[in-house]
Amino acid sequence: MTAPGSPDGGTTPYGPDGLEAQFDQWRHYVRRRPELQRSDAEELEDHLRGSVDELIAAGLRPDEAFLVAVKRLGGLDELSREFAREHSERLWKQLVLTGGTDDPETDNRSRRDLVAMIVCAVGAAVSIKLPALFGQGFEQDGAFYAPNFALFTLPWLAAYLAWRRRAGTAVIGVMVALFALGAVAANVYSLAEDSQSLVLTTIHLPIALWFVVGLAYVSDDLRSSRRRMDFIRFTGECFVYFVLIGLGGGVLTAFTVGTFQAIGIDPEGFVSEWLLPCGVVAAVVVAGWLVEAKQSVVENIAPVLTRLFTPLFTAALLAFLIAIVWTTAGINVEREALILFDLLLVVVLGLLLYSISARDPLAPPGLFDRLQLALVVSALIIDVLVLWAITERITEYGTTPNKAAALGENVILLANLAWSAWLVLGFVRRRTPFAALERWQTGYLPVYAGWAWIVVLLFPPLFNYL
Amino acid sequence: MKVTKDLVAASATPMVLGILADGESYGYAILRRINELSDGELDWTEGLLYPLLHRLERLGHVESSWQSVPGERRRKYYRITDSGLAELAEQRRQWDTVVSALKAIWVDPGDVRRLATIPLGGLA
Repeated sequence: MTAPGSPDGGTTPYGPDGLEAQFDQWRHYVRRRPELQRSDAEELEDHLRGSVDELIAAGLRPDEAFLVAVKRLGGLDELSREFAREHSERLWKQLVLTGGTDDPETDNRSRRDLVAMIVCAVGAAVSIKLPALFGQGFEQDGAFYAPNFALFTLPWLAAYLAWRRRAGTAVIGVMVALFALGAVAANVYSLAEDSQSLVLTTIHLPIALWFVVGLAYVSDDLRSSRRRMDFIRFTGECFVYFVLIGLGGGVLTAFTVGTFQAIGIDPEGFVSEWLLPCGVVAAVVVAGWLVEAKQSVVENIAPVLTRLFTPLFTAALLAFLIAIVWTTAGINVEREALILFDLLLVVVLGLLLYSISARDPLAPPGLFDRLQLALVVSALIIDVLVLWAITERITEYGTTPNKAAALGENVILLANLAWSAWLVLGFVRRRTPFAALERWQTGYLPVYAGWAWIVVLLFPPLFNYL
Repeated sequence: MKVTKDLVAASATPMVLGILADGESYGYAILRRINELSDGELDWTEGLLYPLLHRLERLGHVESSWQSVPGERRRKYYRITDSGLAELAEQRRQWDTVVSALKAIWVDPGDVRRLATIPLGGLA
């Protein structure tokens, strides 16, 4: 790295103004180093100024003095290395939630974020207990809480994100309308507690509403493919954080129950009626906030997991294919099998998405891309075999909401993966740019949302509220 | 003649503490003072000084504060603490031991030759 402040030909800083510009430039340069905090930069700048003053007093011109002083300060690389040796924690603990970033502006912003997050998390926790005022209990009214659960938490997360992005009134209006539509869909059909449609709504409404959260997430730039990709990243990280918070919450619950039971108080009612539901809905908001706060500070986890599991899943799928060919066994198509293979496609799509999300779009195709192609193609072949078997089954026995939903999802995922495989193939053969794959995936997002809404809104009447 | 890096590093702590024992100061002034005292023979860099100051602060040997002296820039001043004075005393004791031992070994050139013959004679 060259020393900053080298003459760039544009300015000839003879006077004090030019000197200040050079100091500015140098300051920006230093601030980019994670090892050097603001106060360090200021201290070093004071040092630099002392050095410059002395050199000017010795008869040098200001620009010469600056050059010599910067040179004397030594290379920034070396300086950073020395600072890192003393402050090694700075390379680790860069996630500063509030305060202590020694930059008042950032501090203020993160404090406002924290307050907004707490308001939203508390709002979510309160809102899930509101129906209890009208006599709805978690134990006896499962048919009410199951499809409605997402409605108690995702609007709060969306509100937090919309606040953070300063979403326009039009976007906010659309979001409110969609959440209201979700509330209608969850409650207007009178579904029996054991009906298939209730289960389908319980699964699909959160998906549909998650894309409304996505709308809040991309509200500062609705059409941008980059922003949608960010939302995919956000989804993955949010999920990872939610699982981690859940694990921590499990430990907390275990200790609460254990310690209170030790003194003869049974907290189980408190845990199941308060701690668990309030904790879960608040954790969703907290997870979203954490992802926003730590964005680009810590290595993202989802892509790391992707790198780890892509080869393993590829090996497993190839082994499965070889086993099918070897034994010439047909796939035993039960209802569970269809769901299992749906989930398999979701996992493969997830592996594809998160390696796309972390990939440098300009890097040339490598071994990992070929591996991915093998993964997607083997998943496709397996899925075609499954689809073949299932269509026979459906044409024979007629359809149910579960089968129709599973089949629809299968087709949607199949279409996505088939075209993705084509694009990856083109990329590996250097025919199509990587960006095409990225655009395809981000452009496909509304399809998932649309399907989830169809299942939630149209399936119950279509299948006679079965 | 330049003092080697290892020796500079080893003597850095007592030197900084010693300078701060005379009164509070800031980085640039400390570096200049060291230059004056050693006639420029001690090759100190900023990469050595500032991390050292921060380490001493973390250990509680010095305190720092941003001050604006009228007519000058805002600066980060360092001040020695009681624990720093104790550390300085300890370092001085150690350095005195090292220096006096070295002095006893390095008498004048004639003595060096005399000293060198003694062990040989003893072995014979």
